[in-house]
Order: sequence, then structure tokens, then C-alpha cells
Amino acid sequence: MRRGVTSTRHATLLRNSRSVPHLVSRLSVLAAIAFVACAGIAIAQDGSVPPPVETPAPAAPVPPPAPPEGVTAADVGNDGGGTIAVLWTLSPDDESRDLLTGYRVLRGTDGTYVDAGTVEPGTTSFVDNGATDGNEHTYQIVAVGPGGEGTSDASAPVVASPQWFDKRRLNILIVMLVLCGAISFYIARAKAGQELYIRKIAGMDAVTEAVGRATEMGQPVLYIAGIQDLDNVQTVAGITLLGSIAKMIAEYETTLLMPTSRSLVMSTARETVKEAYLSAGRPDAYRDDSIYYVTDEQFGFVAHVDGLMLRKRPATCFYLGAFFAESLILAETGNSIGAIQIAGTAMPTQLPFFVAACDYTLIGEELFAASAYLSRDEKMLGSLKGQDFGKLIAMISIVIGGTFTTIALFTNAAPVHWVGSALHWLWHGLN
Amino acid sequence: MKRTIPLLITAVVGALLVFAYYVPHPAVGGINRKIPDFFNIIAAFAFVLGGGNLLRVHLTKISRRDHEWLYALVTVLGFVVMLFVGLTMFGRDEDGRLGMHPGGDLASPGLVFDWMYRAIFDPCQSTMFSLLAFFVASASYRAFRAKTPEATLLLIAAFVILVRSTPVSVLTGWIPEPFAQYLHLPNLAAWIMSVPNLAGQRTIQIGIALGIISNSLRLILGIERSHLGGKD
Repeated sequence: MRRGVTSTRHATLLRNSRSVPHLVSRLSVLAAIAFVACAGIAIAQDGSVPPPVETPAPAAPVPPPAPPEGVTAADVGNDGGGTIAVLWTLSPDDESRDLLTGYRVLRGTDGTYVDAGTVEPGTTSFVDNGATDGNEHTYQIVAVGPGGEGTSDASAPVVASPQWFDKRRLNILIVMLVLCGAISFYIARAKAGQELYIRKIAGMDAVTEAVGRATEMGQPVLYIAGIQDLDNVQTVAGITLLGSIAKMIAEYETTLLMPTSRSLVMSTARETVKEAYLSAGRPDAYRDDSIYYVTDEQFGFVAHVDGLMLRKRPATCFYLGAFFAESLILAETGNSIGAIQIAGTAMPTQLPFFVAACDYTLIGEELFAASAYLSRDEKMLGSLKGQDFGKLIAMISIVIGGTFTTIALFTNAAPVHWVGSALHWLWHGLN
Repeated sequence: MKRTIPLLITAVVGALLVFAYYVPHPAVGGINRKIPDFFNIIAAFAFVLGGGNLLRVHLTKISRRDHEWLYALVTVLGFVVMLFVGLTMFGRDEDGRLGMHPGGDLASPGLVFDWMYRAIFDPCQSTMFSLLAFFVASASYRAFRAKTPEATLLLIAAFVILVRSTPVSVLTGWIPEPFAQYLHLPNLAAWIMSVPNLAGQRTIQIGIALGIISNSLRLILGIERSHLGGKD
């Protein structure tokens, strides 16, 4: 029995001992499955396949960009000196940002180069404002990239120099000289006693009537010389007109009210009015307080003038100078109190408001002509005639230009284009 | 002498500026950039003069119990208070401390100056500006009355321009081409603005430019003397 048991165990052991290699084989399979499963989970979680471990190959070096070519430099004309314009042809690598990221401009003086500036890729010019007048400069353009720099050949030497005449303004000089000549010619004719015809300016013809009305009504005359300072030519025109009108006011013994929005205008207006009263033989009638400063603020000034109009009710209001949005507020308030209103401005956007709300409006150039018109001085009238001559030139140019532009629609004849180019140069200059 | 010296200064400075306009050379070219600085310096002195004049005029009115003396009092009070809070920069700083903070930014939100500007001055300015809307209406009413052929043309042009800005302008959308190119209201309005209106504006501007040249020449050459009391 025992033997039987022993032999059975032995047989089992023997059988088991025979199956060991088989067991190892089965465990290996299980381990492989587990590895694959774990790797699958890892891939699912990570979302990427682990890169194969490879020995990194050495990176190919980025080459420096090819240098630009054809570098030329020239002094910039019609300027105050110290400026040189540099031109070049793009580097062949200009379009590749991996190779080229910009250009450096080098200014050379006596063989030593310094940075004059940097420009973006695709640029073929640079204006150097740091050149020294009288010194010879050469220029090199350096193409800059991650792989290094490519330096061009140097340009030919160039010297910066200031100019004594700005040729781009030759056309303006010609127009100005023609106008000056015309003005001088007509002044000479007027002085020689020749009668000059001057177009009537209704607004200026009405000044005497307007000041006379204020005298009859015993009400003051209000004068506003715009809201700009004396560096504006319209304010200057308003002040020169004030001289003539103040003289009339002094002769008629009427009161003048003149609030100003600039203190410099106040000081100048006081001197002008004082001189006008003196000239009219009424220095005793002049009152410093009649011309006073209110505020520089546009609508603060308007509020004061509106209040003044409603309280003092001037019989006549003059608005002569530079005006903005306040033009209509002032003119409508003046209209509401029944004052005679004479306005004049060279602000095209405000003219319709004055035309709508005032009795008389000096349109643009009439503001500048009014003082001469009122004075009736032969020199002044001669200058007005010269101004009219300028208008004649402008009108002829417009007619010729219009005609030739129309002809150019139908023909490509060269003379037509020459005339067009000449007129364009006369009024626009060299662009 | 009193007239000769101003005339001489005007002539020399004017001629120099005209000359400098054409000459870019540094020996001359800088003058036209430097002379405006002189103007600014003079204007700065004149500003003090203006402030002094404002105080003198209104204090006189108050002392005389002029019938406008209450307005003058408000003006003087406004001037003094604004000057005080502006110079001392009185108010709260960024940490909320009340007091004077000289050297800071005048536009800092906690300062009384800034508050006065935003809460008093700005609304007053806006109020005055908004009056313009009513004045435009009253002036348009007078200007657009068709009394003369010119006024009738103005009325028609104004009507087209005004209607163009309203939804009504689409009502002419049915007009077929090529007539719509001119008769459809938005197109007609665009034509009015870009042809007759622009031509008129340019005419005025050419006249203004010539007027400025002529006036400047008169002043530089000493022909214009109205501002000095007329003829010698």
C-alpha cells in the first residue's frame, strides 16, 4: 500500500518534472501579453508612441546669408545736409527667414564702419540722417541671419552737403514772383494816377451804415476777431480790419466792445484801437476796458459773448477772423437780438453758417482784401489788383487744364500730356 | 518811430521767413523752426497779462457794484478756486490720502482739479456746444426758404443731402440703370458733394491762398498799416 502510494507520488513528480520547461514557456507567454497590455495602456494614456532611441545625427550648420549687391549711396538733395540715401539689391536669401532676418547699414568714415541703422528684410533703401557734411562716407549693407552675416562690398564714397535752394519749391517761387510783380505793377499804375477798378464788396460797403446804425441807436458795436491767436493770418486780417473800423467808430463816437479769447490778441487789439482813435482825433474816447481777455476755451468764450450780446444788445456785430463751431452760435444769437451782422472768415466749413445767419459775409479772400478796400489807399488798391491778377492766372490754368484733360481722353498726343505735366508742376511742384 | 520800428521788425522777420522757406541750408533753414518758439515765449507772457486783465476787469465790476457784478464774482471765484486747486494739486492721491500733492499728474482722478474739470467744466462746454443743434435748425429754416432761384437750388441740394442720411433714401432704389447712377438719392447726394460742392470749396480755397499771399506781402512791405493807425 505504502509502496503503491510512494510510487504514485513518484510518478506524479516524474510527470511534473517533465512539465517544467512547458511551464516556463507558458509564463513567458503570459509575461509577453502583460508587457504588451501595459504598453497599450501607456500608449492610450500618453497618446504617443515613444520615440525610438536613436543616436542624434549632428545638425547641419545654417549658412550665413548671401550679402546684398549693388550698394550705391548719394547725397539727398534739397535738404539741410547730413543726409545720404543708400540703395542696394536684395540678398538672394532675402525671402528665406531661416537664412535672413534683416539688414544692417554700416556707415564708413576713414575706413571705420559704424552702425547707421537696421531695416527689415525686403527693404532696398535707407536714408542715413547721421552723415557729416563734407566727410567722405562709404556704406556697406550686412545681411543678418541665424547662421551669421554676409557683408556687401562698400559703395563708392559720397559726401553729404547742404543746399542753398530747395528746387521742389521752384514753382511756388515762380507764382510768388509773378504775384509780386503784378502787385508792384498795379501799385505803380495806381500811384501814377490811373483809376483802378475794384469789384464791390457789399459787406465792406455796409460797414459805414452798420456803425452809423449803432450810433443812432446808442448801442455798442461788438467786434470779435476770431478765436485763434496772432500766428493765424486770419486773426491778423481781423486786427488790420479792426484798425479801419475802430477809426470809424471813433469818428462816430460809438462804443466798442471787444472780448478776446487770446491775451496776445487783446494786447495787439488795444494798441491798434488806441492808434485808430488817435488817428481819428479822439484819443480821449479810447477806453482800455472795452477790449478785454475772457478765456482761451472755445465754448467758455462763446458763453461770455452770448451773454454779453443778450445783456448789452449791440446794434452791430463784426465777426472777422478764424472761427470754428462757435460761428453759428454767435451769429444766431446776434440775429436773435436784431443786430446788423458782418462776418468774414477763411474757414470754408464755417462760411455757410455765416452766410445763413449774417447780413453780409466776406468769403475767404474778401477778408484779406477788406482792409485795402476800406482804406482806398492807392498802394493797397494796387495790391488788390495784383491779387486779382493771381486769380486770373488760376482761372486760365483751370480752363487750359480742363480743356487739355478732356482732349487727352480722346488722343494720346504728346503735346497734350506736356501741357498737363507743366500745369501739374506749376500747382503741385515735384512730388 | 513808434510805427517805423514795428514796420521794420515785420519787414525783416517776414522777409527772413519767406527766404528761409526756400533755403534749406542750416545757416538759414532753422530760422522758420525757431521763430515760432519766440512767439510761444511772448504768448506765455501775454497769458499772465490776460489772467491779470481778467482779474482787474472783474474785480473792478465787483467793487463798483456794477449791474453785472454777480457774474463777475462767479468768474473771479471760478478763476481763483481753479488756480488754487491746480497749483496745489489738492485732493486724494492713489492711496486715498487727502491733501496737496504737488508734482503729480493734474488728470489724476482723485484731484479736485480733475473733478472740477469733469463735473463742472466739461458739462458746461457740452451744454454750449449742444446749443448748436437748435441754432442749425433755426438758421436752416431761414436759409432754405425758396425766395430766389439761388435759394431754391440751395433748398433742393440741402433736401437731397439731408434725405440721403435717412432710411427714406432707399425709396428711389427702383430707378433703373443708367438713370439710377445719377437719380438714386445716395448717388445724387454723392455727386452734389463731389462735384459742385467740391468745385465751390476749391474755388474758395484758391482765393484764400491768393488773399493770404497778397495780405502777407502788404504787411511785409509795410503797405498795410491799418493795425498801426493807418497812414503816417
